[in-house]
Amino acid sequence: MSMYIIIVGGGNVGIQLAKRLIARNNEVLVLEKDVRQAQKLGNLIGDQHILYGDGCDILIQKEAGFKRADIVVSVTGEDEDNLICCQLAKEVWDVKRVVARVNDPSHEEIFREIGIDDTVSSTGIIFSLIDQQIASDELIPIGHLHRGHVEVVESLLSEKSPLIGQAVRDITLPQGSFIVYIFRGGTGQQVNGDTEFQPGDMVVAMVPTARAEELRTVFADVS
Amino acid sequence: MKVVILGCGRSGASLAVQLSSLGHTVTVIERSPESLRRLGKSYPCRIVLGNGLDLDTLERADVANCDAFFAMTRGDNTNLMAAQIVKRNFKVERVAVKVADPLRSEAYRRLGLFTINAAALISGMCRDWLLNAEFQPVDTYNVNAMEIEV
Repeated sequence: MSMYIIIVGGGNVGIQLAKRLIARNNEVLVLEKDVRQAQKLGNLIGDQHILYGDGCDILIQKEAGFKRADIVVSVTGEDEDNLICCQLAKEVWDVKRVVARVNDPSHEEIFREIGIDDTVSSTGIIFSLIDQQIASDELIPIGHLHRGHVEVVESLLSEKSPLIGQAVRDITLPQGSFIVYIFRGGTGQQVNGDTEFQPGDMVVAMVPTARAEELRTVFADVS
Repeated sequence: MKVVILGCGRSGASLAVQLSSLGHTVTVIERSPESLRRLGKSYPCRIVLGNGLDLDTLERADVANCDAFFAMTRGDNTNLMAAQIVKRNFKVERVAVKVADPLRSEAYRRLGLFTINAAALISGMCRDWLLNAEFQPVDTYNVNAMEIEV
């Protein structure tokens, strides 16, 4: 199904996104507020896909057709611009789905509270990739499902983990959460009640986001 | 009262000086040290250098314990985001936001923020002055001519 997708911010992220979406036969419009960058983008992906103007300006939003947009994606380098753009899209134009790039991971919560469920933070992703290398017994979020209500997490078990030697059926997990997978010795293993945790296991679990803290205490090294 | 002002531009600095001279405890958050000259030779208030959208900076300014917060930078989006962070995360009730764009000002007023738009205020007050009408409450001035049809 072809959609009308508006991308605010014609930097690298915006332009790569636009190219892929156009290739999939969507109707795509990129809003760029720097006139020279807008001209450059016009030559790159076609003038019909570019609108020069501030994506947070309600008159520009009107001209761009926010009212009929299926999705508005705001991927500028400034969190405040992405937040206000998406908030106006939701509140003024009633856009059903908005996606925002978040540069400062500590802002993700604000975006969610304001009602912008879909956020993408490259800083957060890169940090968790690095963090995975160094941290043991911590829950690392690796993705969200159901608009952020369910979290997929993984944890590398150290020798000090309280789970070592216990079987899956013996541990108490927060309501609604379960262990889905264990990576052991380089291969993935299915999990059943008899599976015993070993040091070096990479455990993948799913948990309702509201209970992620509870799950954290199950995995925590309490020593 | 304890007041935090984000932005030491002309309006932020002027507000800081006025409130300080009335005896209120004022903290100014500003990211560029040069702007602090607007406060005059002897700073009448506490200064926190930093980005007002940064939660650490807001904590350093002790926003959680202030009676009122003013978002007065020249960036509309910065002001609107800071105001919402301060209301939601720091539970400050009295928050005023300077917004230069009349449409954005009106849109956020409808969403419950106390926004102040210079164009609406100045044009409305000029009108009232010309007509010898009484000045109205700040939040009733708006730029009717540019009302959008959604």
